[in-house]
Amino acid sequence: MQVRSQVSMVFHLDKCIGCHTCSVACKNVWTDRKGAEYMWWNNVETKPGTGYPTKWEDQEKYQGGFETNGDGKLHIKSTSKTKVVPNIFHHPNMPSMDDYYEPWTYDYQNLFNAPEGSDQPTAEPISMIDGEKIDVQSGPNWDDDLGGSPIYAENDPNLEGLTEQQRLQLSSVERLVFFYLPRICNHCLNPCCVASCPSGALYKRGEDGIVLIDQKKCRAWRSCVSACPYKKTYFNWFTGKSEKCILCFPRLETGQAPACFHSCVGRIRYLGVLLYDAEKMEEVAKLPDDELVEGQRSMILDPFDPEVIAEAKKNGISDGVIEAAQDSPVYQFVMKWKIALPPHIEYRTLPMLFYVPPMSPVQASKPEDTITHNSDNLFHDIDDSRVPMKFLANLFGAGHEGPVRYALAKQKAVRWHRRAETVGDIDRETADRMLREANCTREEAEEIYKLTALCTFEDRFVIPPMHREQAIEMMKEPHEHREEVGFGFVGGPRRGL
Amino acid sequence: MNPHVLDQFLFIALPYVSLFTFLLMTIYRYRQQSFSFSSLSSQFLENKQHFWTVVPFHYGILAVTVGHLIAFLIPRSILAWNSHPLRLYVLEVSALACGLLTLIGLIGLMLRRGTTTRIRKVTSLNDWILFTMLLIQVVSGVGIALFHPWGSSWFASNLSPYLWSIFKLNPDISYVTAMPHLVKLHIVLAFLTIGFFPFTRLVHLLVIPNPYLWRKTQVVRWYGHPQK
Repeated sequence: MQVRSQVSMVFHLDKCIGCHTCSVACKNVWTDRKGAEYMWWNNVETKPGTGYPTKWEDQEKYQGGFETNGDGKLHIKSTSKTKVVPNIFHHPNMPSMDDYYEPWTYDYQNLFNAPEGSDQPTAEPISMIDGEKIDVQSGPNWDDDLGGSPIYAENDPNLEGLTEQQRLQLSSVERLVFFYLPRICNHCLNPCCVASCPSGALYKRGEDGIVLIDQKKCRAWRSCVSACPYKKTYFNWFTGKSEKCILCFPRLETGQAPACFHSCVGRIRYLGVLLYDAEKMEEVAKLPDDELVEGQRSMILDPFDPEVIAEAKKNGISDGVIEAAQDSPVYQFVMKWKIALPPHIEYRTLPMLFYVPPMSPVQASKPEDTITHNSDNLFHDIDDSRVPMKFLANLFGAGHEGPVRYALAKQKAVRWHRRAETVGDIDRETADRMLREANCTREEAEEIYKLTALCTFEDRFVIPPMHREQAIEMMKEPHEHREEVGFGFVGGPRRGL
Repeated sequence: MNPHVLDQFLFIALPYVSLFTFLLMTIYRYRQQSFSFSSLSSQFLENKQHFWTVVPFHYGILAVTVGHLIAFLIPRSILAWNSHPLRLYVLEVSALACGLLTLIGLIGLMLRRGTTTRIRKVTSLNDWILFTMLLIQVVSGVGIALFHPWGSSWFASNLSPYLWSIFKLNPDISYVTAMPHLVKLHIVLAFLTIGFFPFTRLVHLLVIPNPYLWRKTQVVRWYGHPQK
């Protein structure tokens, strides 16, 4: 057993209202720079939809993630060691700016400088790349709330395996449905971006698992952009360096939640430490699709287990981090309740951002107007949700419905339990039966309810001590370090010489 | 100017100035401005012409450069190989083909840079100077292959000793003074390019990702061991 700690995340999709506050907070802090205008380290997508960059989930097109070729080994789809040499000059599967969008601003000066005329002057859109006038054709969020469904929503790669009827249902007027999918870097356990970097510029921080790009080692070979199946590494066209979400590590190191977490209006985001067994990584990443979700869980260790604690200490994990792991809300969602699932684990990067799948209204195409819950199968309306189970399974279960149904059934049971408690229109016996069938107890239901509905800032973000002071002590004399920071001149990143 | 002095300037002074500039500035830039070491790829901004220009250019110039290097390092083996006419023809024709590939790629590259608005925005004056130098260099190289044949042989017998004499700090220019003007131009421009090298995007050549092929798949860094 080789215990490591990982700062992990849960996004509760049932609470996301799609307000994009997270995206704007991130943009203002990190990517409001030349060359980074088009980057959204955090973005919110409407599902069904093709997302950003367009059709990022289509790995036939982008060749992201790992694959097992039956030779018992993991291979990077886009730039394995044999492919890196022929592909280094031109990446055949790399998205270009047009797959994201061309960033633009408006010619505001024209409002002041236009010559006097009979019309009001306008501020026309101009490209932020070349400064020319631009006919805006797409944006980072072009298909928000199902805008342009025939082009976007209907081409969602997750619709694979849905029946014709289910597809029609998804897009028929008055019955359509959507939910939001906020996305940041998953800070994977088996990051494909790191594995693919020819320069070795990408790395995972040993102490907290944050995946970063060493800007001084990046040489713009762009393999990470091709390799990341979530398209969460971005190429800065101006500096000639790749960039990605840094999980706001300067904030985490000072005990603050990342900007997108902190600003989340719907309070959907949770952050905490998971302890895991790094030795199992390769073995788990090679499992067949239907065993991946369970396989990843089997890597995550119980932070209360004395043996795990002893091994963790032996590996240099501090008491503060172990305590944080014991209080981790992520551990509750992922391991205890098993209602948070990794996105597209079939890419085999073992993402450490987990999603609680969203509930959706029941199908409106029932023969009768009202739906009665008196049948023996109390969860029939989960299987008949307007968002088909298969769609959610393609997103969160590698195509397999089991773990998704489990998560939704438990959420449903918690709702009915609370209804029996507070509203009283459901009898206790039915609620208890639902809990039983969802493999949940009243106590657990109360815990889920509390961490979902009543959670405070401290409940949601259990930030471990990052001990940067120890890191500094290892590198140099603390007093010497103190003299060198805090005052001086910082230049902006430049292109070349 | 006395042609003798001019030759001394071009084939003794210039090479040393260029090589020293190359050595010092590259080390300085790598230590002081490692952020600036990048291939500055523009594939992200334009993805279609990129393939048809960048790929032939790179494969062509790699083959040609390696050819020059081999003739410089092991001239005797090259001469031995060329002792058989058929083998000489094969070598010369493939060298010319690689040169043409480079030329086609380079012209395409420059057209792409000049005509795509997005790419023009990320092309500096230094880039244009470099492209012009490379263009003249490749054109003169192809010209030499066409008009002064069997270069693989006379490079090995005449220019290799000259280059070795430079590196042995005992320059002997008698080998080059008798060369045709086109060859002299090619040599001078080569040294100018070497001197200009550390000020351009060419530095990406020095950071070719060789460790990738044998490093571990995943990279983890721990406190206090930034390079571990």
